[in-house]
Amino acid sequence: MSLARFLWPVICGLIVAIAMTTHAPAAPGDPVLVPDVSSRSIDIKYSFTGEELLLFGAIIYPDGRAPDARADIVVVIRGPTQSIRLREKQRVAGIWVNADSVRFGSAPGYYAVAASRPIPDMIDERTAAIYEIGLQNLSLSPAEFSDSAQLRHFEGGLVDLKQRQLLYVERTNAVEISHGALYRARLMIPAQVPVGRYTAETFLISHGDVIAVASRDIDIRKTGFDRFVAYAAENFGLFYGLLAIAMSVGLGWFAGWIFRKV
Amino acid sequence: MDLYLPVANMSVNIFMIVALGGMVGLLSGMFGVGGGFLTTPLLIFYGIPPTVAAASAATQVTGASVSGIFAHWQRGGVDTRMGLVLIAGGVVGSLLGAMLFEWLQTRGQIDTVINLMYLVLLGSIGWLMLRESLNSLRALKSGIAVQARKRRHHPLVTLLPMRWRFYKSGLYMSPLAPFILGVATGIMTMLLGVGGGFIMVPAMLYILGMDAQMVVGTSLFQILFTTIASTMVHSLTTRAVDIVLALLLLVGGVVGAQVGARFAMKVNPTKMRLGLAVIVLLVAFRTAIGLAWQPDEIFSIQWL
Repeated sequence: MSLARFLWPVICGLIVAIAMTTHAPAAPGDPVLVPDVSSRSIDIKYSFTGEELLLFGAIIYPDGRAPDARADIVVVIRGPTQSIRLREKQRVAGIWVNADSVRFGSAPGYYAVAASRPIPDMIDERTAAIYEIGLQNLSLSPAEFSDSAQLRHFEGGLVDLKQRQLLYVERTNAVEISHGALYRARLMIPAQVPVGRYTAETFLISHGDVIAVASRDIDIRKTGFDRFVAYAAENFGLFYGLLAIAMSVGLGWFAGWIFRKV
Repeated sequence: MDLYLPVANMSVNIFMIVALGGMVGLLSGMFGVGGGFLTTPLLIFYGIPPTVAAASAATQVTGASVSGIFAHWQRGGVDTRMGLVLIAGGVVGSLLGAMLFEWLQTRGQIDTVINLMYLVLLGSIGWLMLRESLNSLRALKSGIAVQARKRRHHPLVTLLPMRWRFYKSGLYMSPLAPFILGVATGIMTMLLGVGGGFIMVPAMLYILGMDAQMVVGTSLFQILFTTIASTMVHSLTTRAVDIVLALLLLVGGVVGAQVGARFAMKVNPTKMRLGLAVIVLLVAFRTAIGLAWQPDEIFSIQWL
């Protein structure tokens, strides 16, 4: 982390230099984004308790000079989508039981957005919905719901639950832009994230429009012992079960033997 | 110090889990029960997914019951014939339990059923134990011995067909009675991750009418094999056994069990039964509150 912090200006400088020579602007006059992340892959091993990701990069204007109007940056990290059923508990005959449920075909397992200003101040709702910027604008592919009021209630419930699990994050004023050309933001990946391919997207916003988009992939995967255990549990149930049983019988026996000696 | 659990997909504090295992182990050594009825709810309370908690607790109970069995085996306190019938029932129960588990999970009612079962089982057993131990304590004080109950099995048991002789337990009855008892505990092991000792022991005494000398050893014998079967079934169906979590629980559990067993020899058994009754009732009370009060999380996620 400290290394990334130290290297950040150097890397940005390099990126700018490289981008200047290789990236042609998409259209004349349009700026280009050159994004990067502090780690392209996160390895989950026994000591993993989460990781802070630094998202940084450069905004390159075709004439090499930032315009006078203020430009904004939004970064979004999105985990692999999951098909889930969200259940709601209700009081039935004096006890709380799962009653209603809605299916969401594509709920992101992790979603974090950091913006340089509050999102409604930068773009209108329609644009935010198109680019899925902000927790209110996730496209969750809902199914099996009765009406839009119920759906809104469940969407709110899902976002609220995931926010408290630190799996959905929305932070405004969390992107730092220096000299109108370099930006950076920090986002926390907690220990309980699902594994898979994540994307880190960066949006450049000016006058209520998204004028440049760029993305990077981040792989989050289990490694070493943890990968082996998870793989064995999933694919070799018989072997895994026998091993678990042998371990517990062995330990129980061993403890009994030790204590008989003492 | 934190450790990542590969199957539960979260990191936990090592010392918390080992201490939890140790505390439960202490109780199990003192009272001769597996302690699963405490492990599963405490793990869920810590934030472990319920399925992983139940599956890994079953693995822990296996280890906790092993050392107890040796002691009972050496003094001839295990009726293997009775034990094998119970185990046969337990294996059938585990498979039925696995099907029930899956069905309840798709209906979204697994947590409610688990909580209701805990409430009914712990509430009734705790109440019976509390009454019995208070009566004996009162008798002890007044100096009048309680009339020993005549040992015999429940009238319903005699209605079952086919009779076997269980020499060690001193019984001549239908093997279907212990088989059905085994099925019931097998289902419970699968759903709740408990060994079922706290149900098994009173059932053996009051329903089957077994010789008291044989009860604890035989119950541990059946718990060992039923939890082994349940670990296996979980490994093959729910794939929710977290071997790292089970290991942490075991390290605390086996040490706690030995310490508890030593402590138990120095304490008046009636007072100890009273203590267990109070703990069981407290857990039951906590479960009741959880069902009746509005939970912290109204929404819950099920992965499809």
